[in-house]
Amino acid sequence: MAEHLNNKPAEQRLEKVEGWGMSSSALSYVYRPVNIEGIQSVFDAARQSGRSVGLRGAGRSYGDASLNAENLTLDLTRMRRILDWNPETGIIRVETGVSIQQLWQYTVEDGWWPNVVSGTMFPTLGGAAAMNIHGKNNWKAGPIGDHILDFELLLPSGALKHCSRTENVELFHAAIGGFGMLGVITQLTLQLKKIHSGWLKVEAIGVKNLEELFQVFEERLPVSDYLVGWIDCFASGDALGRGQIHQANYLAAGEDTNPVQSLRVENQELPDSLFGLVPKSIMWRLMKPFVNDSGMQAINYAKSLSATTVSHGQAHIQSHAGFAFLLDYVPNWKHAYKPGGLIQYQSFVPKESAQAVFSEQIKLAQSYGIVPYLGVFKRHRPDNFLISHAVDGYSLALDFAVTPEKKGALRSLAAEMDRLVLNAGGRFYFAKDSVLHRSAALEALGQERVSKFLALKQECDPESLFQTNLYRRLFGPQL
Amino acid sequence: MPHWKYAIVVGASSGIGAALAQALTADGTQVALVARRADALSLLEEKLNSSAGQVLARSYSSDVTDIGTIPSLFAEITQDLGGLDLIIYAAGTMPRIGPEEYDTEKDAGTIAANFTGAVAWLNEAASRFEKAGSGTIVGISSVAGDRGRRGSPVYGATKAALNTYLESLRNRIERRGAFVVTVKPGPVDTPMTQGLKMPGMISAERAAAEILLAAKDKVRVAYVPAKWKPIMAVICAIPAPLFKWLNI
Repeated sequence: MAEHLNNKPAEQRLEKVEGWGMSSSALSYVYRPVNIEGIQSVFDAARQSGRSVGLRGAGRSYGDASLNAENLTLDLTRMRRILDWNPETGIIRVETGVSIQQLWQYTVEDGWWPNVVSGTMFPTLGGAAAMNIHGKNNWKAGPIGDHILDFELLLPSGALKHCSRTENVELFHAAIGGFGMLGVITQLTLQLKKIHSGWLKVEAIGVKNLEELFQVFEERLPVSDYLVGWIDCFASGDALGRGQIHQANYLAAGEDTNPVQSLRVENQELPDSLFGLVPKSIMWRLMKPFVNDSGMQAINYAKSLSATTVSHGQAHIQSHAGFAFLLDYVPNWKHAYKPGGLIQYQSFVPKESAQAVFSEQIKLAQSYGIVPYLGVFKRHRPDNFLISHAVDGYSLALDFAVTPEKKGALRSLAAEMDRLVLNAGGRFYFAKDSVLHRSAALEALGQERVSKFLALKQECDPESLFQTNLYRRLFGPQL
Repeated sequence: MPHWKYAIVVGASSGIGAALAQALTADGTQVALVARRADALSLLEEKLNSSAGQVLARSYSSDVTDIGTIPSLFAEITQDLGGLDLIIYAAGTMPRIGPEEYDTEKDAGTIAANFTGAVAWLNEAASRFEKAGSGTIVGISSVAGDRGRRGSPVYGATKAALNTYLESLRNRIERRGAFVVTVKPGPVDTPMTQGLKMPGMISAERAAAEILLAAKDKVRVAYVPAKWKPIMAVICAIPAPLFKWLNI
């Protein structure tokens, strides 16, 4: 294996590697090993050429978290075997490159669903663990790390550390969320959630403004399994923050009279065409004419109008996949943001100040004339991981189109929004980040946490073999 | 924010190359300075970094005629910089040639520096810009490449070869999103032209400013200064027998 890998000259491995938002990319020497020996030979290749290694799963982080410009990229997507599955306990052991899609499709027929999934099913579980992803149930279920039982962590030395809540405990809580800077998670064990139906009960609730959004969220939190809000960021004045909330609940045992049927993979799949007519593969091309300020303003307006009228209070059943993976409805929808791509600005703010901060953020964006085309709102809870983005509060994720003319202004806007978040004791999320400044990252996490993390990195990776553009931007030695 | 984050200037130790490096670092671009003369390079590096107040320039002493070393140096530079958005090939030589001089060894040296070196550096850049789908290549050619004059047979021929090579690169990589700019300066006051009496001479700083402007505007073929465009159009239109007789 090692010989095979080294046979290919490094210059032939130079590839363009892109962040998911397409606004950042880099050339990198990409290696795609299939086993631990292969990974180790990538470490050797890096050492021989004096370069660093950046870990990459499915490349679904929006910014530069999986980019390692001019250095090596260790793409782990070919390590995607499911190693063990126990349908009695719902415990599954997988290789790092197994995707969320592969996971749920493997287990759903047995009545098990991942406790935590992202809005897209394509991330790898290794990547999901390294970013400690959350879902629309974060306030209730915590991040994915809360459902990881153990994992193997390969260090640059070649040592394989078994990490769990009883073994290498500190490393367990630092490598989860450690954005690939401590070691390579080669395989992991997850506890899944028992479900009694392939369906969820979903209700849509229209809200007139941000105040109502917070109010309904707080009311619904105790009685929901999932809760997510959408905000029309173009609305201002009394309507600022208007939007729609979707609440979803599991069906209890017995509620679904034919769970065998609803739990079949084919009943979870997202439809491949719109209205049975338009193939979804071409949908992003149809969206493209609307991905501009006036088009998106019109779409947001239409959606918010429908949210408070025809769809308000509408309850329906929806498959788990259909509810969870909203971002996968239109394949390659991000291409509608070409050529500049998009960035997602997501901030996490303690509940006491969240409403004021998000209100200010939307107003600021409007005053800059750079209005997010999509705003998504969620509730969170703190967790026990060293590098954590969650707070006891709310997050607002804002999708901004990147254009050459507005790039500079977008950075200034982000910096102003950062200040609001930091003053409120808020946090940021590396899977989304493209624009954070190192001082803001330090302030958000706190010197103590950062020092502890860097000390652990020094211990696990003394030669600083693992690096990414994001790491260098936020924590690397200053030039 | 600088227009280009990372640039390589080959032939940076003096003349147009040095002026380009200065203009780029003044804009905040990180620049790799490449030239043969290590002492001149480090002086320039020091000067640029002290006026920028930060480390923007790094020097790499290398001879463009030593083509075997270029791929690894190119990889080293792109790693040090952390990427590459712009490469400018400004290296060149114009030895004085007597009216009846035919010195093949001298000519081979001119070809190596003006053309082979350009191919060696720009092939590396074109290959990566094609992959990246972005990037700008600037080749400093000359108005002398537009016609075969009596005075400098091989200098003019290397610039003509460079023009054709750059056009081919453009046809290859422009469709991928990268750009190639052919710059044809008229006489510029540099060590290369020292002691020569030439009409309409401009400073290296002015030439550099116009070159960067053309590169930003993605001008495919830029005459510097622009007045050379109509002049050369006229000169190119002169029939060969008349051109021979005129001895311009």
